[in-house]
Amino acid sequence: MPNHRNMKSRIRPIGLALPLVAFIVITFLIPLGNMVKESVYDAEVAGALPSTLRLLKDWDGVDLPTEEVFRTLATEIVILQESRALGKIANRVNRVISGTRSVWGKTARRVKDAETDDMTTTMIEIDDRWRDLALWRGIKEAGQRYTPRNFLHAVDLTKDDDGSIVPAERERRVYNTLYIRTLQVAITVTLLSLLIGYPIAYAIAHAPPTLSKILLLCVLVPFWTSLLARATSWIVLLQTQGVVNDALVWFRLVPDEGRLSLIYNMTGTLIAMTQNLLPFAVLPIYAVLSSIPPTYMRAAASLGANPMQAFFRVYWPQSLPGVASGCLLVFILSIGFYITPAIVGGTKGQLISNMIAYHIDNNNWGLAAAISVIVLLSVLLLYVIFDRWVGVDKLKLS
Amino acid sequence: MERAFWNIGKGVLTLFVVLGFVFLVAPLLVVIPLSFNAEPYFTFTEGMLRFESEAYSLRWYRSIFESEDWLRAIQNSFFIGIFATVLATVLGTLAAMGLNDPRLPFRKFVSALIISPIVTPIIVVAVSVYFFYTDLGLGQTYLGIILAHAMIGAPYVVITVSATLANFDYTLLRAAASLGANPWTAFRRVQLPIISRGVITGALFAFINSFDEVVIVLFMAGLKQRTIPREMWSGIREEISPTILAVATLLILLVVLVLITVELLKTLGEKNKLSSN
Repeated sequence: MPNHRNMKSRIRPIGLALPLVAFIVITFLIPLGNMVKESVYDAEVAGALPSTLRLLKDWDGVDLPTEEVFRTLATEIVILQESRALGKIANRVNRVISGTRSVWGKTARRVKDAETDDMTTTMIEIDDRWRDLALWRGIKEAGQRYTPRNFLHAVDLTKDDDGSIVPAERERRVYNTLYIRTLQVAITVTLLSLLIGYPIAYAIAHAPPTLSKILLLCVLVPFWTSLLARATSWIVLLQTQGVVNDALVWFRLVPDEGRLSLIYNMTGTLIAMTQNLLPFAVLPIYAVLSSIPPTYMRAAASLGANPMQAFFRVYWPQSLPGVASGCLLVFILSIGFYITPAIVGGTKGQLISNMIAYHIDNNNWGLAAAISVIVLLSVLLLYVIFDRWVGVDKLKLS
Repeated sequence: MERAFWNIGKGVLTLFVVLGFVFLVAPLLVVIPLSFNAEPYFTFTEGMLRFESEAYSLRWYRSIFESEDWLRAIQNSFFIGIFATVLATVLGTLAAMGLNDPRLPFRKFVSALIISPIVTPIIVVAVSVYFFYTDLGLGQTYLGIILAHAMIGAPYVVITVSATLANFDYTLLRAAASLGANPWTAFRRVQLPIISRGVITGALFAFINSFDEVVIVLFMAGLKQRTIPREMWSGIREEISPTILAVATLLILLVVLVLITVELLKTLGEKNKLSSN
């Protein structure tokens, strides 16, 4: 405003915006940063076995650790057992060297009352695996506070005995398939949403006012309706004894014993996700289409263009910002979609986000965080590409 | 001949558009009659197709209100939704006013920051919120869920209020000031009434958003904090009963009511603008 040129006038807008900015920083950005840290930082083992790890620092990794190391570990294991923290440590080490979870409890129970001068022999007698250098290396590895382990795991890599990075065992390779599947689903859903959504947006933009309002409501109601309610409806429609199959059998399009399996597989995920995300394509495209003056098309026609030419040479290019926003939104939301694939996807229709939730349920925070960071980075990359091509400020959300 | 060709093309396109709308809306429409099914099935019975009155019943609606779990879920949804909405609306309205002022430094950056929660995949938001709040001791508390829902609701308030502010005539505030109003009075008596429909619209969207949100609730809520969508989630995955269809119908009804309110506010706003000109 022209008559406010002093310093004081800047304070008002800052004061107004600051509460929300601070709120979002505290409730969103800091947690986001904390999640990134969680993906590479784990002090659980380091905090639980400090003395053992200090001694292991000087261990050459070739011979069995010294009696002193065995004795220190035994003491620390007993302390952990008493404070009920041993299970957690067993789990952590087990993530590095699988199949070692039972060693800890067993050792703790028997080593407690053992009166021995030779802890090395005693522990190996309790469990033979204490002789295994891989287990000791695993403890050392799990004791590092900062570790790339979660990220390696999240892209199906692992460290072998020499510490070099190699592909994980075949049966433990699950994530790369899921990233590719998620990407394929995101691309398919985006293309389907554009194909179905563009004509819908066109119809809303060019219908008479009252009809246009009703049609817009047909997009907005599903847009705001609970995902769970929509997933429920898709179960009702698509299951084997569902409405669609019943109708197909009724019209004798398929035999009763040949009902289609439309849900709890990839088909279900694709159908439901497209319907869920369609409004995100329609709304930005509609916003742009309704601002294109109809005179342009008439001008094209009067200059001799047939409808096809007029559309592709005059109309379509002007609608591109809307198309780009719509596709970007649908694509990004598909990448992080969780609820719908979890409900209608069965095992074949699960996406990477379902893996994140799985690891949260199993208390493997580090791995859940690492996969989330990968998802977040790919989304950021998309925004950067979009900004280069179209400009992020053209992104229309309402 | 050529004319006929284009007309056929137009017909095919129209059919395609109609099918597109059916695809969008049909899933919602199918649920509504099925929620009145007298039988515990998810499909139309012979009786329903013949419109026999005994094929329809309100038993699934009754079962919502007879179930302690559902009643608690409804209570929780409203409790969390209302507090999250109030917080999001107050913070969002103020921020929209700040953002709309060209004197605000780093405007582009600030608006990107404010919008960021809703353009980040919800699973990522939920994971980070879950870790952080659990570490702070806010896991399985109402406060944690309310804060998270306010955070994802506030951007909607900022967007809708900004849209109404874009048309706001700032000379009105100067007029108020010259007539002796202090800034707070000028805001309350002049600006707020004019932008109120943007504020209410934003608040409604923030509320629906919280009401429907389930991923954060899934990670954060204990048994005590379960909301309606959380209860539906277990219902669908454990023992699916038509009660869920009744709940879904009520949710659809709620959305329709909210959208009609928003539409009325919009029409009202346009009328006001016309009469004030």
